[in-house]
Amino acid sequence: MNAIALEASFALNVALLLMLVAIAAAIAWTRSLVAAILLMGVYSLASAVWLVVMDAADVAFTEAVVGAGVSTVVLLGATLLVRPGPVRVDWRRAIAPAVLVVGVGALLVLAVSGLASFGDPSSPANAHVGRSYLVETPNDIGIPNVVTAVLASYRGFDTLGETVVVFAAGIGVALMLGFGPRSSLPQPPVQPGEHHVVLRVTARLLIPLIILFAFYVLFHGDLGAGGGFQAGVILAVAPILHALVFGLHATTAAIPAGFVRGVAALGVLVFAGVGVVCMANGGGFLDYDRLFMPRVEAMIPPGLLGDPTYSHNWGQHFGILLVEVGVLLTVSSTMVTIFCGFAGRATHDVGSAR
Amino acid sequence: MADATHWIGGGLVVAGTLLTLLGGVGVVRFPDVYTRIHAASLTDTGGATLVLIGLGILSGFTLETLKLAFVWAFVMLTTPAAANALANAAFSAGHKPRIGAFQIMKGESSEGAGPAQRDGGVAP
Amino acid sequence: MLLAAGVAGLVVAMGLMIWRAIAGPSPYDRMLAGNSFGTKTVLLIAVIGYLFGRPAFLDIAIAYALINFVTTIALMKFVRYRTLAQPLCSPQDTEAKDG
Repeated sequence: MNAIALEASFALNVALLLMLVAIAAAIAWTRSLVAAILLMGVYSLASAVWLVVMDAADVAFTEAVVGAGVSTVVLLGATLLVRPGPVRVDWRRAIAPAVLVVGVGALLVLAVSGLASFGDPSSPANAHVGRSYLVETPNDIGIPNVVTAVLASYRGFDTLGETVVVFAAGIGVALMLGFGPRSSLPQPPVQPGEHHVVLRVTARLLIPLIILFAFYVLFHGDLGAGGGFQAGVILAVAPILHALVFGLHATTAAIPAGFVRGVAALGVLVFAGVGVVCMANGGGFLDYDRLFMPRVEAMIPPGLLGDPTYSHNWGQHFGILLVEVGVLLTVSSTMVTIFCGFAGRATHDVGSAR
Repeated sequence: MADATHWIGGGLVVAGTLLTLLGGVGVVRFPDVYTRIHAASLTDTGGATLVLIGLGILSGFTLETLKLAFVWAFVMLTTPAAANALANAAFSAGHKPRIGAFQIMKGESSEGAGPAQRDGGVAP
Repeated sequence: MLLAAGVAGLVVAMGLMIWRAIAGPSPYDRMLAGNSFGTKTVLLIAVIGYLFGRPAFLDIAIAYALINFVTTIALMKFVRYRTLAQPLCSPQDTEAKDG
């Protein structure tokens, strides 16, 4: 980074932090729920830009697609279940939560003051394990993106836990909210002659492009920013766009509920299955070096990924790829399940449930 | 890097940013939702085109230029469609356009008259 | 140098959009501000990527250029129709009542 970039990043940091404070204050003070949801999406976007300035590409990717994309849509779906209209709250009931919030906030500020400064080479993250990951990844795994290497290989068991948590969340939402549209959804108020032909055409063009880009992000995760989580969320945006423009009935006719839940389970199965295959071949759980039996590994042509003289760890490459595919399957189908669960309910369903 | 591509590319980026900034000023200052939609979508798309062409000139012809072309294609496809959708929804919800600085369409009392009747019951 | 000026201009434009998102009297103003903020973020990420010498950030820009549209459509549908599940009308649905 040259000198201009360093000064620019300082000024950018100050500007973005001021924007974040302004947006947070607006979220707290606004009286409209829709405005709050929109401002939360804007907050996530500003955070994503800030993460880009701090050179954290994968985290910025995830923040942009999850925080500003799917999260906003799911929050809107949740707001559909809420009775519209203001609620009166007695100010005396807000004292204890306010004291708790101020106390925890003060503790957090105190904790932040004890953190190492940004980019400090002697901090524990950069000195011990972090440094060894950066040094050992070219030898052990051989892919350029160290974040994917740590996520999928060195700490693969952790990622399996995260995938199972996402799967459990999807199952929980499916159990509580159901999946798909109720036949009793109210008809929206429509003026005569009102139609959205531009949106329908644009959505038809965009849906295959979104799916294609999701698979690009999945396979490119080894080389640049990306990977299974981001690709899963982007892949889930395509059915959500289809449901928004063409109706939830059309989407669930194309992608049935049972199929989506099955895909979620299949993702976890693929991930854990890779680990079990490694164990069956004599290694530990998720030890990708033992993914292939030696005579299978000898059959892989050395020039498969380009340079034949460069030694590849085929077990690691294929193991990471399969694991990321598993994460993609689970995350995308869980996001679709959660959206369809929320969107399929209507306001008068909540009225009858009370 | 004192050669021509640096100045041309950088100049296009600054021009695109200036256009976007003018659009931002328009969105803050214009009196009506329709004029704001017009300002924002036009300047966003035009500014994005200038900025992306400028970045493409700066970087030479690599794989990144193809990705810049994709960003341009998606921005061109989605920003006008979203502006159309918003204007369509605002009009069918009952927003009447303001004509002129002080003259309002006959039969209305102020800007933004009547959205509450035909919206789905959401408070602004 | 020129790219830094571009970044500064985009950040100021984003600040103006935040002002409109907070102060917009109707929800359509706010949604317009949110959509425009998203497009400016896409441009900002692309320019920052070139400023810092990391053109790999363009993937983030492409992803968000696609997702910005979906968020705007979801918000528009929620505010206008108070539903997320019913389809948007095609011309065939409403042509019989066309005036």
